[in-house]
Amino acid sequence: MGNLILKRLLLAVPSLIGVVIVTFLLTRALPGDPAAYFAGPAATAEAVEEIRVKLGLDQPLIVQFVRYIGDLSHGDLGSSLTTGQPVAAEIKRRLPASAELTLLGLLVSMAIAVPLGILAATQPGSLIDHACRVVTTAGVSLPVFFTGLILIYVFYYKLGWAPAPLGRLDIFFSPPPQVTGFYLIDSLIAGNGALFVASLKQLILPALTLGIFSLAPIARMTRASMLAVLSSDFVRSARASGLSSFTVVVTYAFRNAMLPVITTLGMVFSFLLGANVLVEKVFAWPGIGSFAVEALIASDFAPVQGFVLTMAIMYVALNLIIDILYGLIDPRMRLEA
Amino acid sequence: MSVAPALLVQNLSVEFRTRSGVVKALESVSFTVAKGETLAIVGESGSGKSVTAYAVMGILDPAGHVTGGTAMLGGLDLLSASNAAMSEVRGREIAMIFQNPRAALNPIRSVGRQIADVLIRHGNVPRKEAPERAVEMLRAVGIPDPSRRAKAYPFEMSGGMCQRVMIAIAIAAKPSMLIADEPTTGLDVTTQAVIMDLISELSSGTGMATIFITHDLALAAQRADRIAVMHAGHVIECAATRELFERPRHPYTAELIAATPDRAANLDELASIPGALPDLRRTDLPPCRYSERCPRKMTECDQPLPRSPAVAAHMVACWNPLR
Amino acid sequence: MTALAATVRHARYVMGENPVTGFAFALFVLIVIAAAFGPYLVPHDPFASDTIVALKPPSLRHWFGTDQLGRDVFSRVIVATRLDFFIAIASVVLVFLMGGLAGVAAGYFGGWTDRIVGRIADTIMAFPLFVLAMGIVAALGNTVQNIVIATAIVNFPLYARVARAEANVRREAGFVEAARLSGNSEFRIVGFHVLPNVFPILAVQMSLTMGYAILNAAGLSFIGLGVRPPTAEWGIMVAEGAAFIVSGEWWIALFPGAALMIAVFCFNLLGDGLRDIVDPRRRT
Repeated sequence: MGNLILKRLLLAVPSLIGVVIVTFLLTRALPGDPAAYFAGPAATAEAVEEIRVKLGLDQPLIVQFVRYIGDLSHGDLGSSLTTGQPVAAEIKRRLPASAELTLLGLLVSMAIAVPLGILAATQPGSLIDHACRVVTTAGVSLPVFFTGLILIYVFYYKLGWAPAPLGRLDIFFSPPPQVTGFYLIDSLIAGNGALFVASLKQLILPALTLGIFSLAPIARMTRASMLAVLSSDFVRSARASGLSSFTVVVTYAFRNAMLPVITTLGMVFSFLLGANVLVEKVFAWPGIGSFAVEALIASDFAPVQGFVLTMAIMYVALNLIIDILYGLIDPRMRLEA
Repeated sequence: MSVAPALLVQNLSVEFRTRSGVVKALESVSFTVAKGETLAIVGESGSGKSVTAYAVMGILDPAGHVTGGTAMLGGLDLLSASNAAMSEVRGREIAMIFQNPRAALNPIRSVGRQIADVLIRHGNVPRKEAPERAVEMLRAVGIPDPSRRAKAYPFEMSGGMCQRVMIAIAIAAKPSMLIADEPTTGLDVTTQAVIMDLISELSSGTGMATIFITHDLALAAQRADRIAVMHAGHVIECAATRELFERPRHPYTAELIAATPDRAANLDELASIPGALPDLRRTDLPPCRYSERCPRKMTECDQPLPRSPAVAAHMVACWNPLR
Repeated sequence: MTALAATVRHARYVMGENPVTGFAFALFVLIVIAAAFGPYLVPHDPFASDTIVALKPPSLRHWFGTDQLGRDVFSRVIVATRLDFFIAIASVVLVFLMGGLAGVAAGYFGGWTDRIVGRIADTIMAFPLFVLAMGIVAALGNTVQNIVIATAIVNFPLYARVARAEANVRREAGFVEAARLSGNSEFRIVGFHVLPNVFPILAVQMSLTMGYAILNAAGLSFIGLGVRPPTAEWGIMVAEGAAFIVSGEWWIALFPGAALMIAVFCFNLLGDGLRDIVDPRRRT
């Protein structure tokens, strides 16, 4: 098992190098003068020149790259023009909000999509099978920001069940003492039930929006792989040996069917992390996505660059975790390693 | 036939409802297997051998439907039993092993646990003792170093070893009836013999009845007490092995035997029998599905087939049999 | 000629078998009409603001209501079709050329070409795609043209991989071998014998990614990239309407959002249908 993890870690290295090079090139590929860009639209010629020297943009590209790597290794992502604050600190502060939302979104989506896919596969041609097909086709066609707005209209404006879509907590509450940064968990640690409910209320709609968005690929894959597994030889022989239908469907079929679904999670995360930005904007969620959007509007490039790099590193890490999880379930992977 | 039959199948008919039409896969299939006896079911691919086994086991594909007949195992009709009753009987009273043993085992569960699953389900073995008993089962089917092998996964074992594991799973609950569906297909020749020896040994030791499904007439001759020959969803002849080889009565059987001079060729390679199996989706199938390729066809052959009872010593379904 | 006739017959069969594809095709025709003639068909000037009738719900005069500046939402939704359609088409054509050529070169020549194209594709895939698109637009500049480029780049790996696989299979095919033996240069072989065979497969890929391209572009303009007000574009119209959702003025965001959804839905269905026509084996 240790071997497997080591091998996957090594495989992730080229991806990481690629990611760092691309984010570096993105800043240098700026049309016109990068220094002017970094300095912002209102800067004077002297200010631009100052920035150029400060950022080392007067140096050859390779020197700039080495300097960039050096800064990265200190966790330095530069500073925001508008606030003057270091980008890394701001991202670190906002990351838990994004992570809590994304993970809950994935959880919601799995909780709906996996049972839906299984039921559709075990009862082909039934009503639930057709429902699954409609959901998977419609799900990929719904723009995520549009879903969010519809949910707000129905559940906040019309029914009044959800709180105003304005961030992580109602203004009457103050956040729990930070342990994990996830309000749901931290409020439980603090033993504050009311706070837990309040943060859950704020989370439900955005998480549901993300869930609906990522439902389709998971449900589709679950259905397809469950169908394939259910008609496989080993499920037939498990039936022939008289195992209960629960054991056959859950222990034998389901665990095998989950393998391709886990592989799909890589793609699902790519969608989720992107959709997260849009959902954060719709729900005024104080995560790294809305940080990047605000910076984009203000042509403040350092936060955007830091955001892209952070997202990419998280995505590489998530893929690594998915690979390891796969290896834990499938013994054949362990041998390969 | 004085011995009480372990399994008595009468007039079993099965249809597959597909998009391109209804496939009449089995029609009035009847045969019997006595306690301790080995019956071989022989036929070309597509003749309905495996479908017969699946129907008896109650594991037909969703498209397959039993449209008539009975299959008595003790006092229970397997064809009309409820799902709950069937899952009690399967594995406990009647077990099955398959061709391609590697694919027939769960690829991500250790073989020891797969045996333990069945033991816990049927063998009245407490959960704690199951792993230990699984190792014993592996030893019983002749797997060396069984306690280490119990932790192995199917992909780590040879095809022959996997088939031994399948056998261990099948006999875990000491069933009275074992169906072996081409158990040696895909294994190398020496392993084939060893696996067949193992099956014979286990059945003679316990008085277990065995149905051995194969397309290899020569292999059937070596291993079976009696042989049932299937053609296009019909059992066309059934007799004791020696009787069948010495006095075949159905023209198809006679052709088969004549075409296997060295008793080594297998039926799929036979080109000497003219024609092929008829398309079972046809609505105008003749009563005798061999009649269109039969050299002894007469006018009576358009009448419904004469049928001797399933328990007859030498059953043949033909209007103009040899001898 | 008979091959063409067979294709047409097969297409007709697929349409008949699968009325959904026929429906999607009808929708597609509507979208194309709206894109081509939209500005001439609409009842109101999409840019004319009239604060007296601002924020009015749908009525006989304003079918989709009016926005905060009193502009007719129906006219704006119809007129926006052209821009959204253009962005999607332009980006898939661009990636068709980039990904198709790079993939064919990688699959046909192998070796270093293959390794470099593969590495580029892998690196793009290491990013969450929408995030990368954001970064590219931010770096290249906030214009519609750069939205097209960014959308094309994030789809690059998909096209390059499909083209690579197809070209790889065809490299050893009989007709390519024959062309080589009869003295054709490698570039001639690629241009005249490999590319024409890879095109249909890539064309299916195009229709399958059209929906994603529209979503991606609309997402970028929703967060304020590329298109600027008062341009009529679905993504930015939803963004403008978002502020009014919480006070109950649903129509400003709903209709452009629904148009976006229907367009994406139509391209997804059409893509599936087209795949059935070109590659009947992969029918599910």
